Formats: sequence, C-alpha cells, structure tokens
Amino acid sequence: MQDQILWEEELHGGQTWSQVLERGMSLRFTDLEGGANVSCLFYNALEPTERYNMPDTLKAQHIARLTKGFVLYSDMGRILCSITDDTVGWHDPLGGTLSAQHVKAKYGEKPYQQHRNDWTQAAREGLILELAKYSLSVRDLTPTLNLFSKVQVNELGQMQYIPGNSKAGDRVELRAEMKVLVLASANHHPLEPGNVYAPKPVKVAMKRVAAPAADDPCRLSRPENGRGFILTERYAQ
Amino acid sequence: MSYETIVLAGDGWAQVLKQGQHLRIIDLEGNQAVDTLFYNAHDHADHYSAVNTIATQGNIYLTTGSKLLSHAGNVLVTVVDDTCGRHDTLGGACSQESNMVRYDIGKRYMHACRQTFLKYGMQHGLEKRDLAHNVNFFMNVPVTPEGKLTFEDGISEPGKYVELRAEMDTLVVISNCPQLNNPCNAYNPTPVKLMVWG
Repeated sequence: MQDQILWEEELHGGQTWSQVLERGMSLRFTDLEGGANVSCLFYNALEPTERYNMPDTLKAQHIARLTKGFVLYSDMGRILCSITDDTVGWHDPLGGTLSAQHVKAKYGEKPYQQHRNDWTQAAREGLILELAKYSLSVRDLTPTLNLFSKVQVNELGQMQYIPGNSKAGDRVELRAEMKVLVLASANHHPLEPGNVYAPKPVKVAMKRVAAPAADDPCRLSRPENGRGFILTERYAQ
Repeated sequence: MSYETIVLAGDGWAQVLKQGQHLRIIDLEGNQAVDTLFYNAHDHADHYSAVNTIATQGNIYLTTGSKLLSHAGNVLVTVVDDTCGRHDTLGGACSQESNMVRYDIGKRYMHACRQTFLKYGMQHGLEKRDLAHNVNFFMNVPVTPEGKLTFEDGISEPGKYVELRAEMDTLVVISNCPQLNNPCNAYNPTPVKLMVWG
C-alpha cells in the first residue's frame, strides 16, 4: 500500500495541538526553519491511563535518545508509536518541558493584549489545557518527548543542550501502533540558551500507512521490540 | 518523633513526611535498588518530576544537595546526606508488563515494583495513573555521550545510606525492588532499613 497523505497543517510557534491517530496512521513533523522543538505526550486514546513511559522506553532499548528504528513504549508493555523515518538522528526524552515559570524567568512576558497570537506561551501550560479537552489533567502529565532537540549527557551525568541539531526541512515520522492520542507543543526546549522568545513553526502531515510487516525495521531492531510488537498486536489488531 | 523499620526484599512502605522531617534509607546488605515515588501530600496530582529535577540541576544523577522537584516546580525533598554518591533518575520501576518486553513474555508472573507501588499507593488514594516517575536509590544507570543507557552493577555497599529532608509535606511510596532479571539488586534482593525523625 502506498503511503497516502491525508492532510497537512502548520503549527504556529508556541501553539499546542492534539490529534487522535488510528492504528495504520502516521504523523510526520517537519522543521520548517531549523531549530524547532516539539514537546509531545502520548496516550492510549481508548484507555488514557495507559500512556508513554519514558523509563520503559529507554531501558527496553538501552537508549537515552530516540531516532528511526526505536519505538515509544506505554507503561503496559505495549508500543504506542514507532519512529519509522527520521532525518535528525536524535530526539530528546530527558530535558523536560518549558513551563510558565521558565518563560517568565528567561523570556519575560509578552501579553496577548499587545502581541496577539505572538504572545509568550509555555509548553507545559499549553499541554495541560490540551489534556483538559480529553478530561485529562496535570495529574496525567508525563515527561515529554522533545522532537528535534538534543541533550547530551557526559560521564559525570552533566546535561548539555546541543544547538543546531535540526535543520530546515528535517523531519521525523511516528506510526501509531494502537489508537493513540498525541499532544504536541511547538515551543522552546527548556535548556535552549538565549532569551528571545521566538518558538519555531513546524508542519504536521497525517498519513495513511501500511501495518508493520513481519520484517518491519522497528520490530527487528531489538528482541525487546519484537516482544513489544507481539504484545501490542495481541491488544490492537 | 523518631521511628525506624525494616522493609523486606520485595515489600513496600508509604508514609507522609511532614515538612522538616528526615528520612534515611540504609542499604543493609549492598546493591539494593529502592524505587521511590514522591507526591505533594496535599495534592497528589503534583508528583515528582524526574525531568524537571535533572534539567534544573543540570545532571541526571542525584546526590547530596539535589532538590527533588515536582512537575509544578515545588521542592518536595532535598538530599541532605549520601554515602553512596550516585542515585538513578531514569530507570523507572519494573513492572510485570515491562518485564515481558525486556526479558521474556513468560516472565509476567514475577513480582515487580509497580505491584508494590499499587498496593501501598492505594492505601493513600493513589491509582495507576498517579504512578509517575520514581527515583531509584542505590541504582547505577549510566548514560553515555552517544545516548546509550546501561544498567551497571551497583556502586552501593552494605551500610551505605541516603538521607532526605522533606521541604514540604510529602507522601513517599517505596518499593524495595524484587527484580531478579538484571544486576540492579545483584540478582539477590535484600532488606533495607528506614529511619524517620524530626
């Protein structure tokens, strides 16, 4: 089956957005200008108490970064999304989410009354509002996966934000392995240096894609992921 | 007020620490992972945030001086003493479901931390959706500059301890890890001692 683009839209810098993906759909994010960051949350759309679990994702695959061939695990031993395409090579699961406290301390406040929709917004607070549209709340916040961003850890455990990780035109594609609620905020990474509030826009494309085949690269990338796909397919066929 | 107790291998514990109280966790026999959840005692929705904590201190390991932050940015507890030197923030807690992925689908029967978290958390009104990120005291999970994550042998030894001070009223839920499939407990889970005072 040929991949089929269902629709595309642009996320304004600072915007928070959400979409329910059916199994058999993919979501592609494209960094339009370079230097974007998209902070994402993932839930089982039918049973949202099942959600992206950062430690389970990292330890099942022995990684502290996400890229093509890796998958996002829920807390129930199942795969929410697989990363089927990626031109960036490193997406950050560790750096956290830009909060209103961060914005105020780092960038100051640009109120709506003067700046209209270029006002300062925070990813965390935007995601909390977006969660509320699905009757979820702060209680349900997990660490975000920060697409397009890189945070490196040295042997002492020190974390360093690496600028220039994503270029204009870079893209990453997530395939839903069950019915998944994705929330995304196109906003600064909390560890990004600088004090000018100018979050970058990204394009999202929704695609219809084939189910993962027996030789799917994400399925074969690690024995853990082979078992993860078995458990997911027992649940969501 | 002073109190001490032993948490057996594979068992758990949950209690509210009042602001200013200290909790010392002692690794009696060495290399025992102590998986621990923290919540604002007056608002369980405001749970410990590993990413907020590590990004704010700029380091993925916890040791003396580390402030454990909630996702709203409140300081829940501070690490005030530590004879081990490094504690894990990224490894999370084992579960029956994650053991099936990591080791074998047939491992579902094995006891796991999230069973203990549910059992003791429920006594304080927590549900599964509240089982947020935890700290693993005495566990060693290094990250490399290339972005690899590994579970290494513990760096703890018999008698090593970590001591926390509650900066606000904080619900603490502990699972003394029963994992037998990796070296986080040196393949032999053992008891730990807790001391609370102040």
